[in-house]
Amino acid sequence: MTFILTAVLVLGATGLILGLVLYAVSRKFKVEEDPRVGQITELLPGANCGGCGFPGCAAFAAACVKADSMEGLKCSACKSEVMQQIAAITGHAVEVGVEKVAVVRCAGSCANRPGLRIYDGARSCAAAALMNGGATGCFFGCLGCGDCVKACKFEAIQMDPETGLPVVDQDKCTACGACVKACPRMIIELRNKNKLDRRVYVSCVNKDKGPVAKKACEVGCIGCGKCVKACPFEAITLENNLAYIDFEKCRLCRKCVDECPQHSITAVNFPPKKVVEPQPQVEAPVADAAPQETESTENK
Amino acid sequence: MAQKLYITTSPHIHCGDTIERNMRWVIVALMPALIASFVYFGVGSLIVTATSVASCLFFEWFITRVFLKRPSTLADGSAIITGILLAFNLPSNLPLYMIVVGALVAIGIGKMAFGGLGNNPFNPALVGRVFLLISFPAKMTSWPVPHQLTAYADSVTGATPMNLIGQIAGGNTAAADQLPALKDLFLGNIGGCLGEVSALALLIGLVILLWRRVITWHIPVTIFATVAVLTGIMWLINPMLYVNPLYHLCSGGLMLGAIFMATDYVTSPMTPKGMVWYGIGIGFLTVVIRYFGSYPEGMSFAILIMNAVTPLINNWCKPKRFGEAVK
Amino acid sequence: MNTFKIGGVHPEPNKLTADKKIETLALPQQAVFPLSQHIGAPAVPCVQKGDTVRVGTRIAEPGGFMSAAIHSSVSGKVAKIDTIVDASGLRKPAIFIDVEGDDWDPSIDRSDKLVLQCTKSREEILECIKNAGIVGMGGACFPTHVKLCPPKEFTIDTLIINAVECEPYLTADHRLMLEHPDEIIIGIKVILKVLGVDRAVIGIEANKPDAIELMKSKISMVSGIEVMPLQMKYPQGGEKQLIEAVTGRQVPPPPALPASVGCVVQNVGTVFAIYEAVLKNKPLFERIVTVTGQSVKNPCNLKVRMGTPVSQLLEYAGGMPEDTGKLISGGPMMGRPLLDDTAPVVKGTSGVLLIPEKDAARREERNCIRCAKCVQACPMGLEPYLLATASESSDWECAEENWIMSCIECGCCQSTCPSRRPLLDWVRLAKNRVGGIIRARNAKN
Repeated sequence: MTFILTAVLVLGATGLILGLVLYAVSRKFKVEEDPRVGQITELLPGANCGGCGFPGCAAFAAACVKADSMEGLKCSACKSEVMQQIAAITGHAVEVGVEKVAVVRCAGSCANRPGLRIYDGARSCAAAALMNGGATGCFFGCLGCGDCVKACKFEAIQMDPETGLPVVDQDKCTACGACVKACPRMIIELRNKNKLDRRVYVSCVNKDKGPVAKKACEVGCIGCGKCVKACPFEAITLENNLAYIDFEKCRLCRKCVDECPQHSITAVNFPPKKVVEPQPQVEAPVADAAPQETESTENK
Repeated sequence: MAQKLYITTSPHIHCGDTIERNMRWVIVALMPALIASFVYFGVGSLIVTATSVASCLFFEWFITRVFLKRPSTLADGSAIITGILLAFNLPSNLPLYMIVVGALVAIGIGKMAFGGLGNNPFNPALVGRVFLLISFPAKMTSWPVPHQLTAYADSVTGATPMNLIGQIAGGNTAAADQLPALKDLFLGNIGGCLGEVSALALLIGLVILLWRRVITWHIPVTIFATVAVLTGIMWLINPMLYVNPLYHLCSGGLMLGAIFMATDYVTSPMTPKGMVWYGIGIGFLTVVIRYFGSYPEGMSFAILIMNAVTPLINNWCKPKRFGEAVK
Repeated sequence: MNTFKIGGVHPEPNKLTADKKIETLALPQQAVFPLSQHIGAPAVPCVQKGDTVRVGTRIAEPGGFMSAAIHSSVSGKVAKIDTIVDASGLRKPAIFIDVEGDDWDPSIDRSDKLVLQCTKSREEILECIKNAGIVGMGGACFPTHVKLCPPKEFTIDTLIINAVECEPYLTADHRLMLEHPDEIIIGIKVILKVLGVDRAVIGIEANKPDAIELMKSKISMVSGIEVMPLQMKYPQGGEKQLIEAVTGRQVPPPPALPASVGCVVQNVGTVFAIYEAVLKNKPLFERIVTVTGQSVKNPCNLKVRMGTPVSQLLEYAGGMPEDTGKLISGGPMMGRPLLDDTAPVVKGTSGVLLIPEKDAARREERNCIRCAKCVQACPMGLEPYLLATASESSDWECAEENWIMSCIECGCCQSTCPSRRPLLDWVRLAKNRVGGIIRARNAKN
């Protein structure tokens, strides 16, 4: 009996003393934290992607509470409703920005851009880009080692084993920009999401002169400038043998798409109109626009 | 151009070393000790070793293929080494099911749970052995005496030199008379774990490892030196209670541990300076456990403790940088 | 025998061409001169399409202090100024010259006569070297006139001549010593005069006994120059390792220069180029290139006009074997892979190495087994396993704390790794990133 009693007493006493110590410590070292920080942190995705420019979601929340206005504070991974909720907590107004999505501007799949050599080094685009021009004739295109896939905290980017190119899942993509920073060849760009996710862009970043670019890749931009002339909204510029579509000016008319002799301008998520063989509209992978999509000429 | 060229950065040549080569030479270096154990313990040693190796290989294959769904890593030879080392740390009359349990713990918990070869913080064979030692203390601390070549489960057991050394230090100076001659200790004509008895065979293994540059001298030599110095001091203080350091060097698992277990690549420090500190730590802990602990032998615990300290040693002991001295 | 203390490896020397006399390669049909063949700013073309040039005509001016001029190695017409994929594997601007005849600039002394005395002053010699566009011929291509003007705060007491050639396969420097020892001795005297130093040491590895003997016999009458045989160990030809092997002094970590321990190191090839520039008035437009490899039919040492495409060298050596898996400019430990055989020979091309397909592919990479062989091999006392892991997880701070900028990219770590990890690939990446971070930090301060 005493045996049990001793055990109970000893354990109970230990528990009591330790509990008191814990209580004292928690009182002494209590950190006064604005409860709003916790509320905001809960709303945030918690991936600590760093797209907002702060070291993590908690730091961003603290910055939101501290700031006098929401200007410059934007969680790129949050939908605009969430930002509005955050703004409601802090009591500041928030302007609804344009939603963006990461776009892979390279269509140099294995078929379009044959490998001339075998890259056998470390599986890192950054390391491969340091070495030399790479395994294909195009020194600007995707290296295919998947640095963007590794950088993505939302599993929104995957390598397509068939094309060897990354594919962005536009529903998962939060436009945090981690892949943009990770890509050593600056292929990935954040572009406006637009209505119905429709986008028109030049899926090439090759700055080589026309013949060199053409030889390297079947769908490489050769800088011919036809699209520039075709564009009724002056949205397309040509620099260093490379066309670029300004997504702020582009009205998605798709005139340039038909004009491009190299088929390097990609239009995604447009309905397949006037196609000969009807094709079920699938979630078109951004980098892998099927030709029938680019063939439709309907003006919007 | 007929052949697509490879493009990689330099270096474009390799010395030809592989994991397999290193592991193969460790296995070769373990062979003299296996032969010695067969000479002294007979079939028992072979049964234990074969069971241990086979179950280690099986568990490694099973876990990589069935659980992890990865290509099998049997070919690298590390499971064979774990199997041999585990067997070397067991008495030659241990029941088979215990060996299998030990192998499961060694491979499953000691190695694969951490991600396989290269990621394990502790020496897998020692994890298995310590698990058995704690789980089956009676069976694991009764060692058959040598020269029972055909006996296995029914072999006669007796006190090992380690027990005797402990008894002497505990005040029972009469036990000193039972101590075997130093020559028997060196050759292995004593009771004990099956791989640890013959200091000579283990030293031959050390020479092979050093000759093939599988390991460097740092770890084994510092362990020997530390143990010799510490036990030497105790011996000089009171030769009645504390035995001659040569007994310590040749008895128990010291040789086996210092040459084969402490030098395990994965769990030992990376820099020469770190290896020296690691060796000193193992030597010190071994002597402390042998003289002041409740177990007669402390080598495996000492190595496991120092395995745990290895990341810290790697952090503290940096190699001598070029140009550092002039800074 | 002396050597450096920390690390090092012993790769198979494979000096297949050590006994092959230097042969002269025929002129190419078109010579291509990339504008950046050296460390520093690219050169600026000073000729235009259609201009006629002679052998030795300057075709590009230095693009800054840290830069070097480029001279035509052929006579003919400038075809175009365009881009070419050079030995670095990148597309870079270059001058293309269509070859017509072999019309040398008359100011170049083409006779074989040895000019023994240099009457020029220190400044005139430096000007000569600068005008000749000479860069370090060992592979780093550091402009030589910059290297010969070390910062004033350091006193230089030793000139070290790098004749180690520790890279396996390469024999260009070895052959140069055997065939032009007198020129090299005179060149050394010229450099001693520029530096105002009276001690020069020629470091030669022990696997070249004939060169050691010959150089020793040539310097017996000269005071101040000595030949030091060195124990064979890679990377002894690294500047810092060679200084330690010869003088026992260790250069402090970057950004310290070798001059801070009183040494200037010059490659024998550079010394020869300096002789030709100062005493023969011949700019740098030719060099010795070793064409070698286990599968090469006729491995050889060639005297090549710069701008010659690599394919022509290979043709001379018996053509590129069918099973070639890798084409390397330089040696096997530090050379760069060529994308194809169209790249032109440039100032830093010490060799062209072919690796057969069976040896070209790297083996599958495995887990690090923490064997510490990379740590033992590293001649800079670094921990390659740690640096590579830090790089893989983009932990640039950890890499910087562990001295990544000291790495000399010698490749010892990767060539010893039993797990075949691409250690140097990762280390190089981290070095590049950390270098950028340090530069940004310095620019801010």
